[in-house]
Amino acid sequence: MKLTKLFLGAATAALCVSAVQAQEMTIVSWGGAYSKSQLRAYHEPYMAKNAGVSIINDESAAEAVAKLRAMAEAGNTTWDVVDVVASDAIRLCDEGLAMEIDPETQLAPAPDGTSAADDFGDLMVSECFIPQIVYSTTFGYRSDVAEWGGKEPDDICDVFDLEAFPGKRSLEKRPINNVEWALLCDGVAPDDVYSVLETPEGVDRALAKLGTIRDSVIWWSAGAETPQRLADGEIVMGSTYNGRLFSVIEEQKQPVKMLWDWQVFDLDGWIIPAGLSDERKARALDYIYFATDTQRLADQAKYISYGPARASSAPLVGKHADLGIDMAPHMPTDPDNAKNTLLYNYEFWADYRDDIDAKFQAWLAK
Amino acid sequence: MLAADGTPLKASLARALRRQKLRALMLIAPLLLFVVLTFIAPIVDMLWRSIENQLVPETLPRTVEALKDWNPKSGEVPGEAVFAALAADLQIAVKAKTHTRVASRLNYEQPGIASLFRQSGRKVKRLEEGNYREQFLDMHDGWGSIAVWSTIKRFSGDYTAGYFLNAVDMENTGDGAQFKSEDQQIYLFLFGRTFLLSVTITFTCLLLGYPLAWLLATLPVRTSNLLMILVLLPFWTSLLVRTSAWIVLLQQEGVINDTLVTIGILDDNNRLQMMFNQTGTIIAMTHILLPFMILPLYSVMKTIPPSYVRAAKSLGATDWTAFWRVYFPQSVPGIGAGAILVFIVAIGYYITPELVGGTDGIFISNRIAYHISSSLNWGLGAALGVILLGVVLIFYWTYDKIVGIDNVKLG
Repeated sequence: MKLTKLFLGAATAALCVSAVQAQEMTIVSWGGAYSKSQLRAYHEPYMAKNAGVSIINDESAAEAVAKLRAMAEAGNTTWDVVDVVASDAIRLCDEGLAMEIDPETQLAPAPDGTSAADDFGDLMVSECFIPQIVYSTTFGYRSDVAEWGGKEPDDICDVFDLEAFPGKRSLEKRPINNVEWALLCDGVAPDDVYSVLETPEGVDRALAKLGTIRDSVIWWSAGAETPQRLADGEIVMGSTYNGRLFSVIEEQKQPVKMLWDWQVFDLDGWIIPAGLSDERKARALDYIYFATDTQRLADQAKYISYGPARASSAPLVGKHADLGIDMAPHMPTDPDNAKNTLLYNYEFWADYRDDIDAKFQAWLAK
Repeated sequence: MLAADGTPLKASLARALRRQKLRALMLIAPLLLFVVLTFIAPIVDMLWRSIENQLVPETLPRTVEALKDWNPKSGEVPGEAVFAALAADLQIAVKAKTHTRVASRLNYEQPGIASLFRQSGRKVKRLEEGNYREQFLDMHDGWGSIAVWSTIKRFSGDYTAGYFLNAVDMENTGDGAQFKSEDQQIYLFLFGRTFLLSVTITFTCLLLGYPLAWLLATLPVRTSNLLMILVLLPFWTSLLVRTSAWIVLLQQEGVINDTLVTIGILDDNNRLQMMFNQTGTIIAMTHILLPFMILPLYSVMKTIPPSYVRAAKSLGATDWTAFWRVYFPQSVPGIGAGAILVFIVAIGYYITPELVGGTDGIFISNRIAYHISSSLNWGLGAALGVILLGVVLIFYWTYDKIVGIDNVKLG
């Protein structure tokens, strides 16, 4: 009798534990300053509002596509909400690995009543993707290079000008962005860039232009490399994500400046994996509804210099939470910074990414 | 001859042996099961993808069937029957949302198919009965392309050699397999480079490791223990930390270049380029793999009695002869074990080359990693993996034939 009671008690306890565990939610993101900004702008207020929920941070967003596919094949998806770049979201959606979202019913409208679909506008590039921030890949340069004789680069083509601006540059070890910049500086009109790139001759032309500076390029594969090399003086200019440059310039006070000309906008946002149980799906949707409303998106800009993806959030962007500086001029979307811009061409790169990447890597290897 | 119980002795012995073997097998059964389930099965499953192609015939069964009668060499886009089959297949696929999966599969072979399927998928619901050919051609120019149709036809079987052809820089454009154009060839070149660099790294490890292992084996225990800790400490340190440390040391504004400039050996404008190229890869990987060479060498050298060398010298051998004729041959099993370990680990390395290799120091594994985690072309990644595995097995077999694997000792 006693023993039975003990067992019952243990079983109830175990049930309680699993009930508590059921309130856990695994959110996958990029780590570093970016995850920290999400923690403060989204996770903490969400957990304060929903006492039972605890959020587990996983920092494997860089391998998210491959891992989600592996999880789906194993029939055990352990992630609830995943932060990915838009091109990955499109692929996940294509492969049936992400859930489709209805912006009318599943996302919060703007405070003035504008529907979420209109508020996000063109930035909803896939049915499965809820945009969060606009970031850009752009250049930073050292402002103390003696050989430049007081000149500073203000045009993307200065990257390709070794005579006026000698020194090492760093570029990303992939064709995306680099081939566009190369063609722009090889005299291709901005509107024609992708129709030129569709042809093998166009790719050769872009690679030939990159070839003119190839000996002065150090190639990067992690976003942290360019800021580190700029700070070390290993390079004089380099491309990376604008938020990384912000922290080099404003937080670490290095002699580095931004070159915004022809920055390439890209989007980062959430997806919910396909095939979650109803209970987990409901919880993930509840989190998404909260974390992508107008105020929350504006709040994130207090911690990192990426632009909120909702039009209605822009006027609410204030000062940096710790530094106290005005964030608007540091946003890639600020009119002064966004005179010449490209938007990452999702359709084109979904088609040609593997093909051009193979050529690019073959070109690099030889 | 009979055993005590009357059965023939031979049979009785065989039974006893069998029982013993069975008992031994039972003992290792848990480990065996563990290895099969968590190691061999996933690898076989992954490598299987290098030939598997069921996605296409499963998603587009009617189109595949109808395409059988179409000849790509005719120079004409397939007829109405094929387009009607395509319409039927796509309508089902769009509902099940599998059309985009088959599109990304075919896009690996023919860029442009991904958006062709995705854009057509949105419009396929509006198709009207009859005259499908015209409607599809209106929908997207891609459907009028012979290249698109012959790609679909070529990859319509349950199995394909396409991934393997790709992995050796070849393609089958309809008239047999042939090499791709020069500017697209990369994998064979990378296999060659991976092999050359791994051999170089194995040699530098041996060159640096041999004297050190000898020192460890001959010094008094107290000193050699201290030295051993110096070997093992980096071994226990994270790979990333060690790689980053080399970046700090070797980069152009790094510690070594700074020191050389300060003491006046180098001019400030002619700093050495020791990182983000093959030199960087060789230096960093030699350091990281050195313990794999030293440890087997050390444990073999420890077993060589010092009296042999003393005996050789007392019989009149010079230092060199004593070493080369007496000591060295006895240390060969350690060299074999160390070299095999270092070479096989090196050939599959990718984190260090990725970080310090720049463009001319990257390995084939970097491309495999790209296809597994970025391009999601798991079939090609698996094909490259199969080839790499095959190459390693061939080396192992050759080594066994020449040196003999029984001569390898880890201690």
